[in-house]
Parts: sequence; C-alpha cells; structure tokens
Amino acid sequence: MSTAFPASQLTLGPLLFHWPKAQRRDFYFRIADEADVDCVYLGEVVCHKREPFFAPHIEEVTARLQAAGKQVVVSTLALVTTDAERAEIEAVAASGALVEANDVACLQLLGGRPHVVGPYVNVFNEGTRDYLVRNGAVRIVVPVEASARTLRVLADGGAGVELEVQVFGKQPLSVAMRCYHARSHGLTKDGCQFVCGLDPDGMPAETVDGQPILTINGVQTLSVGHGVLLNELTDLRAMGVGAFRLSPQAIDMVATAGIYRAVLTGRLAPDEALAQLRDLTGATPYVNGFLHGREGMSWVEPAEPALA
Amino acid sequence: MSESYLELVCPAGNPAALRVAIDAGADTVYCGFRDGTNARNYPGLNFDPDEMAEGVAYAHARGRKVLAAINTFPSAGGGEPWRRAVDNAAAAKVDAVIMADIGLLDYAAERHPDLRRHLSVQASAANALSIAFYRERFDVKRVVLPRVLSIAEVKALVDEIGIETEVFAFGSVGPMSEGRCFLSSYMTGLSPTSEGACAPASHVSYRKRDDCVESCLGGVTLNRIAEGEPAAYPTPCKGRYVTQGQASYLFEEPIGLNAIDILPQLKSAGVTALKIEGRQRSRAYVEQVVTAFRRTLDALAAGKPPPRDHGLHAIAEGGRQTEGAYKKGWR
Repeated sequence: MSTAFPASQLTLGPLLFHWPKAQRRDFYFRIADEADVDCVYLGEVVCHKREPFFAPHIEEVTARLQAAGKQVVVSTLALVTTDAERAEIEAVAASGALVEANDVACLQLLGGRPHVVGPYVNVFNEGTRDYLVRNGAVRIVVPVEASARTLRVLADGGAGVELEVQVFGKQPLSVAMRCYHARSHGLTKDGCQFVCGLDPDGMPAETVDGQPILTINGVQTLSVGHGVLLNELTDLRAMGVGAFRLSPQAIDMVATAGIYRAVLTGRLAPDEALAQLRDLTGATPYVNGFLHGREGMSWVEPAEPALA
Repeated sequence: MSESYLELVCPAGNPAALRVAIDAGADTVYCGFRDGTNARNYPGLNFDPDEMAEGVAYAHARGRKVLAAINTFPSAGGGEPWRRAVDNAAAAKVDAVIMADIGLLDYAAERHPDLRRHLSVQASAANALSIAFYRERFDVKRVVLPRVLSIAEVKALVDEIGIETEVFAFGSVGPMSEGRCFLSSYMTGLSPTSEGACAPASHVSYRKRDDCVESCLGGVTLNRIAEGEPAAYPTPCKGRYVTQGQASYLFEEPIGLNAIDILPQLKSAGVTALKIEGRQRSRAYVEQVVTAFRRTLDALAAGKPPPRDHGLHAIAEGGRQTEGAYKKGWR
C-alpha cells in the first residue's frame, strides 16, 4: 500500500445501543487500555431517557481515554424536540468539550467554534460542506447513504475539513419520534421500561416471509447487517477521507480495531481481514451497497466495478 | 377572497391540478420542477419553467399564491439543476421557494435576497434552535413543521421562533424524522433525499397469493394484505415486520392524517398555514380535499358550525384516519 496518504485516524463512534452502565464503563476502560484507535466519541445519540444511566461514569471514562492518548469527542442527540433534550445539548455545547453535532439545533449552539458535524446532519454536497466549515466544522462525518461519488467531491482537498466515514457496524437509517422497541413490547415511549436494554446489538426485524431486514434500537432503525468497508479502504484514503469510524457492537471491538488498523497500515490484505472479522461477528450479514451507489442492504464484491 | 381562517396550502402535481386547486379554493399551491430537485420526482408529474410561470400568472390573477418546492439535497459536484431551479422559480415570480439544503439556502439568500424562503419539512427542523439556525442565517420566513409534534408542542414553538409555521393537515402520517430517512434507498438504491422519490413505482411490485397479496419494494416483501384489508402504498415505514415473533405495523398503521376537526386548536396555537399533501394524487382527489377544507375554513371564519359531510374519511390512506401526533404526541 502506498504511504503517500496522510496518517489515517481510526475512530470509535458513539455507542448507539443501551448497555448496562457497568458493561458500558468496562467497555470504555478496555478501549482506553487496549484499543488501537485515535479518537473515541462518547455521549447518547439515540434516546435522552438513557442519559442518566451513564452520566456518573462519563468523567472517569473520559479521563482514562485521554490518559491513553485518545481524543474524546462528545456526541449529541440526533433528534431534539423536548425541553429536556434541548437542555441536554445546551449543557454539552457549553461544556467546552469538542462536540459532535447530530442535529442542526446543535450547529446553532456551536457556530463559530470548532466542532464535528455528525452523520445525522445531511451533508451531501460541497455547498453545504463549505457553509458548515465557515460555521466552524473541523470534521464532517458523512451520512451512511453517501456514495463514493459524493465522497470523492466532499473529500476533495482544500476544503479545510477532515472527512470521516463509518467503515464498521450497523448503519443508522432513520430516527423517529416514536419508540419502536417500546411499541414492539406493547409499551409507550414514556412507560418504556427500557426494553431496548434487552438487545445489546439491537432488535432484529424480519419481513413477513422471514428475511432479516432491519435492526430496531429504540427510536432508531439500522441496517440488519454490519456496514463493512474493508475492500474500499484504500480507495477511500486515496480520495482524501481522513478518518474511519468503527461503530460499537457487542463483539470484540479491540480486535475489530486491530483488524482495521492492520489494513490501514498495509499489514493485512482486505480478504484476510474479512475472514478474521467474520470470526468476530458470527453470521451477521455484511452490507456496503450505499458506498457503491446501490441498495444499502446489498453487498458488492471487490471483483465488481471499482468505485465510480 | 377575504382573509382565510388559516392559509390553505394545496398540492399541484401538474398545471391542470394547479387550476383545480385554485378553483376549489386554495389560498396557495405548491409545486415542483420536472426533475430531482423536488421530493415528488415521479413520472408524469411537475412543471417546466414555462408552465410554472403560467401557473403563477393564473394564481396571481385570482389573488392566490404559488410556492416552488426545491427541497431535495443537491448531489455533490452536480448542483447546477438545483441552482437553476431557484433561478427559474425567481424568474417565474413564485411567492416563495421551499428548501431544505443548507448550501442551497445559502445560494438563494445570496443570489435572490428578495425571493421569500420557506424551510421544507425535509430539513427536519423539530425544535426552536434548529429553526433559529435557518431564520438567522438565511432569513427563512416560514417553517413547515414535521408532523411529529403535538398541538402543545406546536404552540410552544410558535411562541418562540418568531416566524410563520405551516403544518400538515391532510395526507400521510410520518413517524420518521423526514429528510433523514434512508430506508427507501436501503431497499432500492434510489434516495428520497437526493433524488426525490420514496418507494419509486419502478421498484414496487405486487404478488398474488392464494389468500392474500404481497407488496414488495426492491426485493423486500413489505406486507401481506388479506382481501378487503386496508393497505397503504408500500413505503418502508408502512410495512409489516416481524419482531418478538409477531408480525405488526412496526412503524405506522395504514392510516391517513386528517386534522380537519382540530382546525380551531391549530389556529389557537398560532399556526399560519395548513398543508395538504398529494402532488402525486389525482385531480379529483385534490378537488375533493381542497373543497372540504375551504368550506370548513369559511364556516369557521364566519363563526358557523363546520360542515360534517365532507366525506374525507373515504379517501384517507388505508380508508382510515387519525389526528396523528397533534392530540397526544408520540410519548
């Protein structure tokens, strides 16, 4: 692999699922101590009601990650409607931390200060990118729907912003006002009993004829398969994508990070990496269609035409 | 026409529908150009620039208004059609453009400062901070609110944001944060946000079974519909899915949104305008819905009891209707 590219950042995206607080704390301690990632996003993106569970541990987790030389970014809610949700993002924005804005509301609070634009804000063209850079964006995490054609334009040098792409984990497809986890269990959102916590990797949803199709995570819907961009890493780097996001799943994320790092540094070929990753993820399908301009749920083999 | 109780904003999928909507009593119609620059990019719909200008002339001659929806997200490196659509809308003398993309709003505000700008529901602005972002930077004069808010939430927003609001009054119930939903492209490879078609007809199919019909999108079976059972157009959020071992309408039932019985509450909340959905629907549909809302609004304006015989429930999606999130919210 060419070494002409700038060093690539490997990042760990925010945990999207509702894990017990001790498990969540221990997960991040192990990430701090063992995972070869440059940057870790903390914070609740999906449901404001989950925030109190992890809040007591945020400080010690942040300190441990930073002591291990990892950058920490605080992610915010993807959908903000209630006063409590608004107060939460206002508190995060005022904290002085580097913040990932996942709703335009947060961009309003962070304007003029360096910040990260998260994948729940629609950045699909250079006009929006350039406006957000003028607003203070130093890194833009592109929506999972973006194709290689889009990324090639957005990553084009000179824009003064780093581009980040999710390369592992279930792909977020939508957020809603209604909680589908609660609805599936015959509960309301207000009386949800935190049933989303029963599914550490989300709740599978199948079609009526038995095809696994989606993953439900509270108000969020994700792909049923892991988005896996390993064959495409070299092309993404060549385009100028600078940061690669691993989205936490209930598998060995330290080993997952090791696999991606080995590919990024040229120590491991993508096909060997895929075989090793398969050992970690079990039978969960892989998807990469969005990047190839195809159905997001599809898997495009590297033998097929290269990225357009 | 005297001042309307609430501004009635109606769909015009083509020039004929525009005239039907105006003649049936629309205060305002909204329409799009014939390409991917608007969120109803379906075959046989929409306007070319000349038709847009003629539509505006027809409306203005009768004291009504026309809005141009340019509310998809321009493709990277290919923004020319979207900028041209804004220029053409200005040249056609539309009363406002409805937009969602930050870069395109920036272009319109710079290039056409006097062209009034509305924020599309595709921008998913569901809180006062987001709306302030668009108001302060792009001088947006009206926001189309996502149909996920209760009346109380709408009122709280109206009280804070200082610009006009337009709310959905008749059409679909949409539980997802609009403009940020990738379910259709996940199944079809075509993007509603960028290319303007959710569940495009080219990817919809039906399979007859012994005891039911299966509706499919892409290669995905979205529903099994027994004979006589209500069904919605097969968008991903209106499908049946199996969770916890049970098939159900996981996201939303096949049911239409109809706010005609709560118009006084919406007016008290400070709402400016009502949006009727349906640019892809027939002229007969447009005429019936617009007429029903016009008669109701005129009765309310005159302090009279609104007519009850509008028959709207019969044409609601799935043949059933709801007041959506307005009454209780989705808590």
